[in-house]
Amino acid sequence: MSPNKSFSLSNTSIGTMKALILVGGYGTRLRPLTLNVPKPLVEFGNKPIMLHQVEALVEAGVETVVLAVSYMSDILEKEMNQHAKRLGIKIVFSQEDEPLGTAGPIALAKKHLSDEKCDKPFFVLNSDVISDYPFSKLLEFHKGHGKEGTICVAKVEEPSKYGVVVYEGDTGRIHRFVEKPQEFVSNKINAGMYIFNPSIFKRMKPEPMSIEREVFPYMAEESELYCMELKDFWMDIGQPKDFLKGMCMYLTSLKKKSPEKLYKESNGVTIVGNVLVDETARIGKNCKIGPNVVLGPNVVIEDGVRIKRSTVMREATIKSHSWLESCIIGWESTVGQWARVENVTVLGQDVNVKDEIYLNGVRILPHKSISTSVPEPQIIM
Amino acid sequence: MRIQNNMWKAVILIGGPDKGTRFRPLSLDVPKPIFPVAGIPMIQHHIEACSKVPEIKEVNLIGFFHYTEMLKSFITMAKQKYSLSIKYLSEYGPLGTAGGLYHFRDQILSGTPEAFFVFNSDVCCNFPLSDILHFHQSKNGDNRITIVATEATHSESMSYGCLVEDENTNEATHYVEKPETFVSSLINCGVYVFTPDVLRCYMAEVFRQHQEESLEMGMGDSNFPDAIKLETEILAGYAGSGKMFVYKTKEIWGQIKSAASAIHANKLYLSVYRRTKPEVLAKKNPDGPIIRGDVFIHESASVDPTAVLGPNVTLGENVEIGAGVRVSNSIVLSGAKLNDHCCVLNTIIGWKCKVGEWSRVEGTAQQPDPNAPYSKIISGQLFNEDGRLIPSITVLGREVDVAPEIIILNSIVLPNKNIHANSKNQIIL
Repeated sequence: MSPNKSFSLSNTSIGTMKALILVGGYGTRLRPLTLNVPKPLVEFGNKPIMLHQVEALVEAGVETVVLAVSYMSDILEKEMNQHAKRLGIKIVFSQEDEPLGTAGPIALAKKHLSDEKCDKPFFVLNSDVISDYPFSKLLEFHKGHGKEGTICVAKVEEPSKYGVVVYEGDTGRIHRFVEKPQEFVSNKINAGMYIFNPSIFKRMKPEPMSIEREVFPYMAEESELYCMELKDFWMDIGQPKDFLKGMCMYLTSLKKKSPEKLYKESNGVTIVGNVLVDETARIGKNCKIGPNVVLGPNVVIEDGVRIKRSTVMREATIKSHSWLESCIIGWESTVGQWARVENVTVLGQDVNVKDEIYLNGVRILPHKSISTSVPEPQIIM
Repeated sequence: MRIQNNMWKAVILIGGPDKGTRFRPLSLDVPKPIFPVAGIPMIQHHIEACSKVPEIKEVNLIGFFHYTEMLKSFITMAKQKYSLSIKYLSEYGPLGTAGGLYHFRDQILSGTPEAFFVFNSDVCCNFPLSDILHFHQSKNGDNRITIVATEATHSESMSYGCLVEDENTNEATHYVEKPETFVSSLINCGVYVFTPDVLRCYMAEVFRQHQEESLEMGMGDSNFPDAIKLETEILAGYAGSGKMFVYKTKEIWGQIKSAASAIHANKLYLSVYRRTKPEVLAKKNPDGPIIRGDVFIHESASVDPTAVLGPNVTLGENVEIGAGVRVSNSIVLSGAKLNDHCCVLNTIIGWKCKVGEWSRVEGTAQQPDPNAPYSKIISGQLFNEDGRLIPSITVLGREVDVAPEIIILNSIVLPNKNIHANSKNQIIL
């Protein structure tokens, strides 16, 4: 790099594309899954949640990904470094000593995202969001309006539950944010995916600070904030109920984009709708699987099993004639014969559900053995 | 002096349609006394026991059910099968547990039997009738009653008729029906022997008093002044007279009041089969189906070899069991069809019901307290104090059709319903 180039920072951007993922804490909302596995590594559609994000960032040209974490996890570090190697990118861990909200961690990671050698815009995203991540489109849109920041917005059915974004339809310029509107003003909400110019750092300090309340409204006031609507799909999968909803959307999207990845009907197994099966999983005779089912590596589905709208994690076994709907079966768990498991039941790692048990909306902590039915939603410690 | 005539009779008190309401909806379709338990109608167990006692030549059913085809064909079948004289004596109304006996005294006493058994129809027992007969013969007195009794737990005893016995003489010194406080853990099993004079003398006297009272009261509040209650008007008065004797049994015994107690009775009778005629129980067969514990399968039923049945399962006539079906602690009535992979636990599946594939029909088993000797099933209320259904056996009435992949839990489904949605702790009208 020649020294004179450093004078042209404001006109042409230099350096490589960077991104920050707000990983945060322990992922308590997704317990019991996150008791054994850091949330970013929980498989969603047979791939760690974070890898969906990192791979999409890489595809958009990102070469450095900063993970803003509030606690260090050896497993996360080890696994992400492996992926970094494979993808040819750099992964940086930026750890906060106290919870810094949604803006603080970005300010804390300033040195990793921008310096005199880099004035390129960078991506920021919440680690809970699942989408088809149109980062290239976002970058293009961002460059198009030339202002300081762009946030992605998603359409929701019940905007009164969220903070909504009011913006100019044809340009995307944001007017204001309204928290939990009582009267309809907009059905678009902040989707937790952004792109910012480095100039945003002047608005943030590495201290507890909310980007939604303490940064965005001022940017909007100065007409420095635009938004782009996510047209395909988007879901915050931080809770089991939404994890399953997001899984359905993801499989629908996969059907459109790479239908060859979905499982096809084979000998003696009836497949309904979109089903994703790891090639090492085994399915018995007279099973009926789907719609919206994900079976992980080395999963064993015995004969005559019915599964709908569920994820079965690596090395779990589902025994004969059981019936599963809307549940997440954790790693190495076993569901007994003629069990019925439904209504957002989540089994942690290595849970053993005995034969003929009925589980309705139950969260079961790891390594438990369940020998009596739980007919009403409950947490089993 | 002891043997006047070596001929005995039996009377089964079958009641009428206003009885057995705790057995609805099953008793809407079939008179409760001929509801099948362990593969045969409830009172066929009584009749079969009578047929094994050479002295018993005649069985009379007394009740006020209409003499329907169902009842007729049952009696015709039983007569042929057991080569017994079996008659239905139809009361003109509900005459109470003893009123019918008195009303039909001439028929019962025709041919001058030495004595006659009286059975409640809703008891489940292995009926050691020869023993009881000999016991009765061993006692003296022209107008004596033998009452069969068994032990119950302290708390459960108060739901039954309670007896106090003089252990040296076997005399019943006291009788009280369903006392509010504890009296005795010895309870009335609903099986008795009467010497003809009890009917001729003591009951005649009770009947005469009834008539006097109803004349004084101008017919009183009852449409049936002739109604006499055996337990309160005969037994309670007879106790302490030195003419009522207690035959104690430690054999199986239960009452069949509710669906839960029918399932339990099914279990008791299957255990009797295991001892007395194991050949009627389903055998373990390497080619399947898998049989766990005592299971009775009607010869006309078809069961897929991959099904798993038992313990305590009875499959009726023409029942069809699909592949990978699981049934335990349940009665499946004739013509019902359980489709592939469905799971039926603690349930009575009504006649011609269909259960869809992967559906689960489940009740809550009621078992006698395993830690209390002599514990029985108490057929309590359907509802708790909040008006909610108490979890118990699930019952599907006749021709209920359960869609695939549904769960029905602790529910009672009335006949001819199509069920497409899950149901928990409900009565489905």
